[in-house]
Amino acid sequence: MDASSFYQTTTTRLAMDFINQNIQEIYFVLFCVFIGIEVIANVPAILHTPLMSGANAISGVILVGAIIVMLRVPADDYLNLTLGGIAVFLGTLNISGGFFVTGRMLKMFSSKK
Amino acid sequence: MYAIIEVGYLLATISFLGGLKFMSSPKNAKTGNLIAAMGMVLAVVLTFVAAITATVPYTNLTIMFLAIAIGTLIGKRLSDKVEMTGMPQLVSLFNATGGGCAMLLGLVEANQMDITTSILGNQILLIAGLVTGAIALTGSIIAERKLAGKVKDRRSKSVIFSARILLGLMVLLPVLYFFGIIPIGFTAFMYVLATLAMVYGVLFVLPIGGADMPVVISLLNSITGIATAFAGFVYGNKAMIAGGIFVGAAGILLTLLMCKAMNRSLLKVLAGTFKKSKNGIVEEEQDIKEISISETAMSLSFAQKVAIVPGYGLAVAQAQHICGQLQQLLEKRHVGVDYIIHPVAGRMPGHMNVLLAEANVEYSHLKEMDEGNENMEQYDVVLVLGANDVVNPAAENNPDSPVYGMPIIRVYESKQVIVIKRSMNKGYAGVQNDLFGLDNCCILFGDAKVSLQEIVNQLKLI
Repeated sequence: MDASSFYQTTTTRLAMDFINQNIQEIYFVLFCVFIGIEVIANVPAILHTPLMSGANAISGVILVGAIIVMLRVPADDYLNLTLGGIAVFLGTLNISGGFFVTGRMLKMFSSKK
Repeated sequence: MYAIIEVGYLLATISFLGGLKFMSSPKNAKTGNLIAAMGMVLAVVLTFVAAITATVPYTNLTIMFLAIAIGTLIGKRLSDKVEMTGMPQLVSLFNATGGGCAMLLGLVEANQMDITTSILGNQILLIAGLVTGAIALTGSIIAERKLAGKVKDRRSKSVIFSARILLGLMVLLPVLYFFGIIPIGFTAFMYVLATLAMVYGVLFVLPIGGADMPVVISLLNSITGIATAFAGFVYGNKAMIAGGIFVGAAGILLTLLMCKAMNRSLLKVLAGTFKKSKNGIVEEEQDIKEISISETAMSLSFAQKVAIVPGYGLAVAQAQHICGQLQQLLEKRHVGVDYIIHPVAGRMPGHMNVLLAEANVEYSHLKEMDEGNENMEQYDVVLVLGANDVVNPAAENNPDSPVYGMPIIRVYESKQVIVIKRSMNKGYAGVQNDLFGLDNCCILFGDAKVSLQEIVNQLKLI
């Protein structure tokens, strides 16, 4: 099969078009994965627990999505207001708890002399 | 205005990465945490500024600010109150909140989505975020309950089997749905998927043994990160995508590290299976030498360099503070004390280091396994506290042993090894420890905490 007839099959075309349309995002994700692994691999075992709770707090950036939702839901849509409100609460809890507890742990690691 | 917001998100992303980068040394880690936290505040404030319009109803704003205020306060309270031994539970709990947030976002978006105009890619991303979030939510809650000792392992075939069926369904159903075979609305379909994923989260963690918890916590942490990244795609928000992926990468990396340190494959941990020892292992009679408290105190005080190998048992006995006291006493006598810490000591990655740091141990005395092994011959006495399999030489020289291949702390290379043990019971892997029969190894029978206290008392007298 030559290249053009390969492209003509529907699934291939859909997949190729999807990749083509999102090529920037795909590059972005790839770089993030490798940079993330590279940076995190350098963290010594001593700090793995704070690393994990700190990373946990960073995943609370999902709160951004929850805020966008809360500003968009109509005021009389009680179901979505409730769900969104809980989402904001959980996201904030994740961020605040995560960073505070990481800070508390790291304070113990600072030199005492 | 738009440009300012984009630049702000860029700064937030850089701060996340910088924060993680600063974690590579104990000295800078605190700054790193602060940088990441500031980036987070920036991202949240910017989102608010960008999305707020005059038409946003007061009800929404009130609910949102209340939720933020309560969330911040509770987070602060929980983190102030937690005991360091309870850290794995708290991290699991916070992980559950992140997953829960991702799941709810998926539901709200589905409720509001106009199915006729939205594109397929967005729907798939929503489903992915919802499913991963729901798994992280219930999985982390079960992990937290297990760590707290409230839920026991359920390793029955039916649990494992149902979990696999659910996993298959969660892949299959969306495919069928998008081919139009399942005739229900998108919203209803999302609720079904959320329910399935939540049940799966429970069943997935239930069979996993308590000692494998470090692996599971890391994995769940990674899943939450991935859920965040999916949500980031839905909103086209690069800070969310990057943050999520960094967390996902960190989680996966720690998961694999823990698996390697425990000599178990990730698949086996997830399936809840254990390596059985091969039949026909001949358990040799061991010639065990006992040592008394005062003899231990003597050899510790006459040593030049002492290493302490703490294990899970030390954390269980809550003996880390007495350990710190012992170190201070020895240092007064100019005996150098190091801790050599195996990666799986404690209940989550790096947990033992936190426990010892809380007991006022300087981080420069906390040695990683490789560093400790390199300098092992310099130690006059190695005190093994509540560790067993991680010091078993069979891992290096007995291919028939179930622990074979596991990286160990080579305490047998030191001049003298003293193991504090309650009885001759076997360790987690259920194998005889060849170390105990060696010439340079003595055993001090007794509870770790009580024995340590007595050694400390003796040292004060000498």
